[in-house]
Amino acid sequence: MSTTTTQEAVGVDAPLAPEVRRSWWSDVWLVMARELRPVVREPFSVVFGLVQPLVFLALFGPLLAGSVGGALPGGGVWQWFVPGILVMTTLFGTSTTGSNLQYEMQTGAHERLLVTPLSRSSQLVGRSLKEMVPLVAQALLIVVVMLPFGFRPDPVGTVLGLALLAVLGVGLGSLSYALAIAVRKQEWMFWAVQQTVLFPLMILSGLLLPLESGPRWMQAAAQVNPLRWIVDAERALFAGDLTASAVLWGVLAAAATAGLGLVVGVRTILRSAD
Amino acid sequence: MIRTRGLTKDFVVSRTETVHAVRGVDLDVAPGELVAVLGPNGAGKSTTMRMLTTLLRPTAGTATVAGADVTTAPATVRRRIGYVGQGNGAGHAQRVGDELVVQGRVYGLDRARARRRAGELLDALELEDLARRKVTDLSGGQRRRLDVALGLVHAPRLLFLDEPSTGLDPHTRANLWQHVLRLRREHDMTIVLTTHYLDEADTMAERVVVVDHGRVIADDTADGLKRDLAGDRVELTAAGPDDAARLAVLVERLPGAREVVVTGAHVSGRVADGPASVPAVVRAADAAGVGVVAAQAVRPTLDDVFLALTGRSLRDGGPAVADPDEQQAATAAGKDAA
Repeated sequence: MSTTTTQEAVGVDAPLAPEVRRSWWSDVWLVMARELRPVVREPFSVVFGLVQPLVFLALFGPLLAGSVGGALPGGGVWQWFVPGILVMTTLFGTSTTGSNLQYEMQTGAHERLLVTPLSRSSQLVGRSLKEMVPLVAQALLIVVVMLPFGFRPDPVGTVLGLALLAVLGVGLGSLSYALAIAVRKQEWMFWAVQQTVLFPLMILSGLLLPLESGPRWMQAAAQVNPLRWIVDAERALFAGDLTASAVLWGVLAAAATAGLGLVVGVRTILRSAD
Repeated sequence: MIRTRGLTKDFVVSRTETVHAVRGVDLDVAPGELVAVLGPNGAGKSTTMRMLTTLLRPTAGTATVAGADVTTAPATVRRRIGYVGQGNGAGHAQRVGDELVVQGRVYGLDRARARRRAGELLDALELEDLARRKVTDLSGGQRRRLDVALGLVHAPRLLFLDEPSTGLDPHTRANLWQHVLRLRREHDMTIVLTTHYLDEADTMAERVVVVDHGRVIADDTADGLKRDLAGDRVELTAAGPDDAARLAVLVERLPGAREVVVTGAHVSGRVADGPASVPAVVRAADAAGVGVVAAQAVRPTLDDVFLALTGRSLRDGGPAVADPDEQQAATAAGKDAA
């Protein structure tokens, strides 16, 4: 459509809102910045998200050390446990994020944005990419908090490990948003599905207890759990074993999760008008 | 500004049940009109509005809104229209000013212009002191004004208001309308609103489209609807039953008189022009020596119109059952209808 017709249709106020076609990426950026603004203004939510992982580290860590400490692959309990806790923080933080969108769907804020020129896919992608910021901040804080307790991460491995978590977070965040949109007519379903999927995935990833001590069927089930590969990769990265094959598998698993999440998420938001 | 033909929306509830929320609506709205779509909850008015604003894809039929087709060019429609939904459009965790600036940026304004526009709208809607407040700290009326501001950021020529004043107290409603009507004059806007408040449709809209069971059942000015579908009445009390019988004969001679009923000393009947008929019939009664102790003209309300059209009162399904989720409301009431 030509600019002339467009301005005629918009009329006297056309100069106020020129029909500028914003690029898709600038839409994504706008959505992401909007989502991040409350987080930056009230960083308490990021700190609050640290309570659960720190409780696990403080109370579960010593138990783990006492029961299977010596048997843990890769030496010290923190070297083994902290990377797992970082994945757990990502898992809990991003899989629940759909509930924020659910709230915006209830209030009408989501609907308002759907009637604007913001492309719908950018609304989902922008929200999902935003997940990276609080989760990396939380993970970094946990790493720093654990340093005085003897956690000795490899610096390069830490950077790569956080990047891997960010990719995982985008995928899980997208899936969480997709779930929120898909079950918008039965809101309770969101938590039912989230909890049902979350705990088996978490336990079968070996992030809390080593899978090696589990029965064979559990080990077999864990093989098809992408999270298990990511947990292994995180442990290798934080230990400085950057070229381990586990890292490659973890990167593939995280990329696959992010790819799947974004595709499912975008399809879901585009179909939500039916 | 709007043209729909055979606009239809079905919701498939289950394999055996389909709710026909909107059934073949033909609607034309000319530039500058202020149209109220009136109907009980679940009549299909919100579903219609959601199709016109690209929130729902029509099952069948066509709709051209602000020069673009809602199905084939939804992005163009979205750029040109303003929409104020039933809920609160501002994000609960956001600050008032930030939401307005983001909304401006969404419509392509650069940062400086978006800020300036946000300032103008905050002033225009008397929200200027609240720019740095969190949305959750606003009162109901302030939030609603913010919703209107968000819908007007790009100065659209066509504004949709879905149940704009549901849940507001009468004072706040009046205040909101004052702002909307002023902005409409200033921007020469076309406005389409849905409402189940009869007085709102009656006093605000220049044209009322009555919707029931997913169909348009009447479309005219409020006065036109009342005149054609319900009509004025006169109600008189005679000095006694004998006088009442003679008075009824006089009422029947009034222009447009019909349905004249005598109940004891009471006489009532429909007439073409109520206010003019009262003095006429009182003079005639005087001249004929018929005693009249009380007389009044009763103008119909839009509820009388709805009653005449459907045999049901709109007040039966009052605001108490208003459902924040239009889609659910449409589905629920569609079931009632079926």
